[in-house]
Amino acid sequence: MSKHSITLIVNGAAHQAEVDSRLLLVHLLRDVLRLTGTHIGCDTTHCGACTILLDGTPVKSCTVLAVQADGRQVMTVEGLEKDGKLHPLQEGFWEMHGLQCGYCTPGMMMTSFALLQRNRSPSEPEIRQAISGNLCRCTGYVNIVKAVQYAADKLRKE
Amino acid sequence: MIPPSFDYHAPQTLREAIELLGRYGDEAKVLSGGQSLLPMLKLRLAQPAHLVDIGKIPGLEYVEEKDGVLAIGGRTREAALERSEIVRSRYPLLADTAAVIADPIVRNLATVGGNLAHGDPANDHPAAMIALGARVVATGPKGQREIAIDDLFTGLFTTALAPDEILTEIRVPKAAPRSGGAYEKLERKVGDFATAAAAVQLTLSAKGEVERVGIALTNAGPTPVKAKDAERYLAGKKLDDAAVAEAARLAAKAANPTADRRGTVEYKREMARVLTARALRRAAQRAAGGR
Repeated sequence: MSKHSITLIVNGAAHQAEVDSRLLLVHLLRDVLRLTGTHIGCDTTHCGACTILLDGTPVKSCTVLAVQADGRQVMTVEGLEKDGKLHPLQEGFWEMHGLQCGYCTPGMMMTSFALLQRNRSPSEPEIRQAISGNLCRCTGYVNIVKAVQYAADKLRKE
Repeated sequence: MIPPSFDYHAPQTLREAIELLGRYGDEAKVLSGGQSLLPMLKLRLAQPAHLVDIGKIPGLEYVEEKDGVLAIGGRTREAALERSEIVRSRYPLLADTAAVIADPIVRNLATVGGNLAHGDPANDHPAAMIALGARVVATGPKGQREIAIDDLFTGLFTTALAPDEILTEIRVPKAAPRSGGAYEKLERKVGDFATAAAAVQLTLSAKGEVERVGIALTNAGPTPVKAKDAERYLAGKKLDDAAVAEAARLAAKAANPTADRRGTVEYKREMARVLTARALRRAAQRAAGGR
């Protein structure tokens, strides 16, 4: 098995790591960098709990090798908060009761973050389509949609 | 789940990638989007000793019309295909297909070339490309060769690509006037493989008769199924209700699905019939200028 020296930027900070070729990106984030906000759900590319942004695009980090992130920008749920202030998405999930058990929430927020980057005023069907690769086993989708709408409204006013 | 051990290579050029594939032969697999390969590694359904990641090779992601074809770079992401203006306005069968492959997040990494080269009859692009009459470009040590899509799929997870060849481009015949296509997929939930799905691409004559038609089925046998009898039957006919019904019946007859959690053989064959009829109607509407 080959070892690789990789450099990546996670939530704005540069990290260097020696990784086995088979190490998954989600394990690098959680076990090596100790960013445990990113969850592992199904581990089979279905549930989206491990969704992070790779160069701004949502991907399932259980289905990306850590070595593939070499030289790239990663953003995790820990990167949403700025200077002790919640991101409007985090605020939205809080205010609109967008989570019950909270397991899917980090993935939901990262997918929604990317959606709001390219669409400032998504319709309800557009939000539902965007998060169709993120499963909420509490089935709390109605309030998740409201949380994203809350964030969209707030971001438009900023 | 952690994948088995392998050596990872990230060549910067196509030549270097092909050389690595030549050196390791059957021991190596091409890593494109990784959205099928990495899950297979985790499940130990594949245990290659070497992964050759083509992700750092420039110039493999594009969607453009040139020289009478729609050329799609092998590593083009499904999300890029889905958002491509050319595809949305002129290739509705491809737009339909890209929108139902896995889920939106997977489509950010999954690639068109990977969807074909994987050789999985449950994947959606194979049937779509068969209906379109596409050709693929395989690049190997001796340069490029074209493979007709009908010759690409040789068995379950097996293709006509040599171990040291990379699927670098897909060439779809340029959209003809009065042509239209549609992909109809039945899935239990977003992200699932098709219970059944039908791809149709057709061109109508000025009088509304079928000038050319391609019909293919997803997940209906060990390789994607080209519904040849249905295609032959429709040649020169007007697409009235009776013709649609008979073509759908013939397409379903060509289906050879296996029973699994998604349904029985009888159910899947019946769904293939229903979906073929729907795809034919929608393709005809689009060929006539509708949505």
